[in-house]
Amino acid sequence: MARIGYFPGCSLHGTSREYDESLRALLAAMETSVEEIDDWSCCGASSAHQGGRLLGVALPARNLARAEAQGLAEVLAPCAACYSRLAASRHEMDRDPDLAAKVRLVLAREDFRNGVQVKNLLQVLRDRLTDLKAAVRVPLKDLKVACYYGCLLVRPPEVTGGFDDPEAPSSMEEICRALGATPVAWNRRLDCCGASLSLARSPSVIRLGSTILQDARKAGAEVVVTACPMCHSNLDFRQQAMRHRGALEGEMPVLFLSELAGLALGLPPKVLGLHRHFVPTGSVTSRFAAAAGEVG
Amino acid sequence: MARIGVFVCHCGENIGRTVDCARVAEALRDLPGVVHSVDYKYMCSDPGQQMVKQAIAEKGLTGVVVAACSPHMHEKTFRRAASGAGLNPFLCEMANIREHCSWIHEDREMATAKAIDIARTLVEKVKRNRPLKTIQIPVTRRALVIGGGIAGIQAALDIADGGREVVLVEKEPSIGGHMSQLSETFPTLDCSQCILTPRMVEVYQHPRIRLYAYSEVESVQGYIGNFRVTIRRKARSVDEDKCNGCGACTQACPNRKVPSEFECGLGKRPAIYVPFPQAVPNLPTIDRSRCLLFLNRAKGRPDTCKKCAEACSKGAIDFDQQDRLVTEEVGAIVVATGYQVYSIGKETGRDDLHGYGEYGYGTLPDVIDGLQFERLASASGPTAGRILRPSDGKEPKRVVFLQCIGSRDPAKGMEYCSKICCMYVAKHTMLYKHKVHDGQATVFYMDIRAAGKGYDEFTRRAIEEEGARYIRGRVSRIWRDGEVLKVQGFDTLSGRPILMDADLVVLATAVRPQPGIEALAQKLNVSYDRHGFINEAHPKLRPVETSTAGVFVAGACQAPRDIPDSVAMASATASKVLGLFASEMLEREPTVAVVNDALCAGCFHCERVCPYGAVEHREVRNRAGQVVRVVAYVNPGVCQGCGTCQATCPSKSVELQGFTDDQVYQQIQALGL
Repeated sequence: MARIGYFPGCSLHGTSREYDESLRALLAAMETSVEEIDDWSCCGASSAHQGGRLLGVALPARNLARAEAQGLAEVLAPCAACYSRLAASRHEMDRDPDLAAKVRLVLAREDFRNGVQVKNLLQVLRDRLTDLKAAVRVPLKDLKVACYYGCLLVRPPEVTGGFDDPEAPSSMEEICRALGATPVAWNRRLDCCGASLSLARSPSVIRLGSTILQDARKAGAEVVVTACPMCHSNLDFRQQAMRHRGALEGEMPVLFLSELAGLALGLPPKVLGLHRHFVPTGSVTSRFAAAAGEVG
Repeated sequence: MARIGVFVCHCGENIGRTVDCARVAEALRDLPGVVHSVDYKYMCSDPGQQMVKQAIAEKGLTGVVVAACSPHMHEKTFRRAASGAGLNPFLCEMANIREHCSWIHEDREMATAKAIDIARTLVEKVKRNRPLKTIQIPVTRRALVIGGGIAGIQAALDIADGGREVVLVEKEPSIGGHMSQLSETFPTLDCSQCILTPRMVEVYQHPRIRLYAYSEVESVQGYIGNFRVTIRRKARSVDEDKCNGCGACTQACPNRKVPSEFECGLGKRPAIYVPFPQAVPNLPTIDRSRCLLFLNRAKGRPDTCKKCAEACSKGAIDFDQQDRLVTEEVGAIVVATGYQVYSIGKETGRDDLHGYGEYGYGTLPDVIDGLQFERLASASGPTAGRILRPSDGKEPKRVVFLQCIGSRDPAKGMEYCSKICCMYVAKHTMLYKHKVHDGQATVFYMDIRAAGKGYDEFTRRAIEEEGARYIRGRVSRIWRDGEVLKVQGFDTLSGRPILMDADLVVLATAVRPQPGIEALAQKLNVSYDRHGFINEAHPKLRPVETSTAGVFVAGACQAPRDIPDSVAMASATASKVLGLFASEMLEREPTVAVVNDALCAGCFHCERVCPYGAVEHREVRNRAGQVVRVVAYVNPGVCQGCGTCQATCPSKSVELQGFTDDQVYQQIQALGL
């Protein structure tokens, strides 16, 4: 059984429990054991790196050092912000040996080699595309999906190592195609969801989010797929407010990539946490979960 | 007894800043054999050279060491000075204390000590230098020009008009290059074809120009004055002698859906085609990768379609024609292979990135590049000169031009300015306005670089008189919304984001060297930069020469160039070539290998290692005329003085003049290691 390190971050233990649940179920079904980093701490997203470079690098580095001590070669950070902070920290230390030395001092970890690979869900699934394809029980036939990347999953290329094109990515489409779904061509794949302005300036988030969802619908999508808790929250939870302000009509289910993959692997919707969404996911689950039930 | 003079140069601050030149001169003065040692601010200046000459005359010097810059820079200068004072020039040597010492060190003490060491080794070498004579070699007074664009055409015509024969090689079926694709040219808006095609015909009809179109340089041997070039004449599948250019074959071809290279994919051509009506030579070519007959042959099927052959009244179609190799002897080579435009979405400095996916080039049909716009604007183009957008053939009322696509973007691997784009975009806005009077052209730019005669006036005219709207800033994304393109960008002067509608977007893509330039440069043994542009010998003083003597460079294969620059460079190469051909003999440095007949055992190890094929066999005969031994002989005309034979020879019977074993060992010993 393959083994992968896991950095859930705050979202997956809180507002995005379904992301955590679906991921664990999915990876278990793909015979990959998930090993949570012992005593992990905040990645520092959004605020730490604005407070100071050393803090912004050292905070994620603490988690990388713990993962290294646990003997993990790669760590999955499902949250795009966690991924970005962890990968950026690794990149900065790689590029600047003086900074790396300082971080070792701060962490009191002289033996830290900065050797852990940081990956997001797109990378992890694309690495295992053949396995994933083989594990599909319920192909998501004729399901039109809008793959939504947001800002940090594929950018900046220096930090992501360029695993996908930062301006014209294709990895999520590739994964969705492997699941049997049909990705649509649309314009807002890389637009901003409003991110952490969700609370501070919610009208902006409603404007940005509704533009994204409308464009997805215009392109014929039946579901928007994401791999970021922030994006999910802004697009799922805020739909009611969007409708309230007349910025959106009807509902557009927003699924985590792990949920979509779980469905295709025949996992029950409940296990995947699909009942936890604000926008009902029934339009998707009714089409594919029934078949999943038969598979058991 | 040796009487050596040492002359230490400060090179202004270049050496003086890090090396104590007075101390170097002082230290060298005490060496055995040194009778004169001085330092001076600029040794290469006239008073500096006078110091050398005077010392030779007054102190009877038998050797000179100039401790200064690289011999590449001034060895010739000082050897000429020595020669002027009656000393054999090869008794003068340079000790490089600039590139090898002052420029690369910071510690003054250590740099001074190193400079003394370098100069000391050269003193020991010069003591053992022997007077040498320059070698005279014959010159083949014919030139090869590679590339039949405007630069190659100009170079070929200038050399031929100067009275020398020219072989012109062009890899495409016709000469003319990119200039033949252009609509009108800046800053005068004269028709490109009108000024180019007469020159193309001139090339074809010139009695001293031999044109090999649809041909490529296969290999190059030899050296300045004596190159031997093998040229691959690719099979056109058409007999050039029989064909009268009637065009019946191209009319008959059933496969008419091949994207035309000349039209940048905006038009179609048949599988047997003449690239454009004014092509020179006016001969059709079968594109074997598209011809039904050849596609069938590749699959082992019988020949089916022979419509072109049936249509030809001259019997000129030859399906069995093979590539032919021809050899030409030339004395000089001009490289003028030109450029290609950066292929958006396909190449970047990094293999894993595609570059500008955000602009949708290749997926949005109404996002085109600058060369494609030229074809739309050209009277001979696919729309007969009407500006119509590719997706639906409608006339675009709002055209947005984006400058610096690839150029000046280190993330795309091209940090250089492509030079021509500011001007051709201004030209495009004017051409557009002249054809679509109610249209609005908008340009996103980083800077407007319009340095050139009449250039700034031209861009001002585009803005002030022709109504082009210039916005300083970049575009972040382009997407399609129904029939319109949405262009999202940022105006850096007003500090505001912009979202505008466009019917057509034109990307001013970077200028890149032609594909395959590296392979050609390696055949010619000339150096190129990391982008593939051919390096000139000196960026200021030798702009059209290359690192290899006798090979010259013109046009956009050296750096992004516009037409006036390319033509000027081409004429400069022609004058260099004609200068080289002015006399029948050429002087060469005598630093070549010489075999000692008495010692040579005839093992010919040297022949096997010589990279230039300079080693020949020579028979040694006795008085009766019988061959007693066969020994090696180094042809001084071919030898490049690399010294590989000297290092290989087991009996130490071959020596490089000016770099004998004794000289080199004494140099090492002088270091006291």
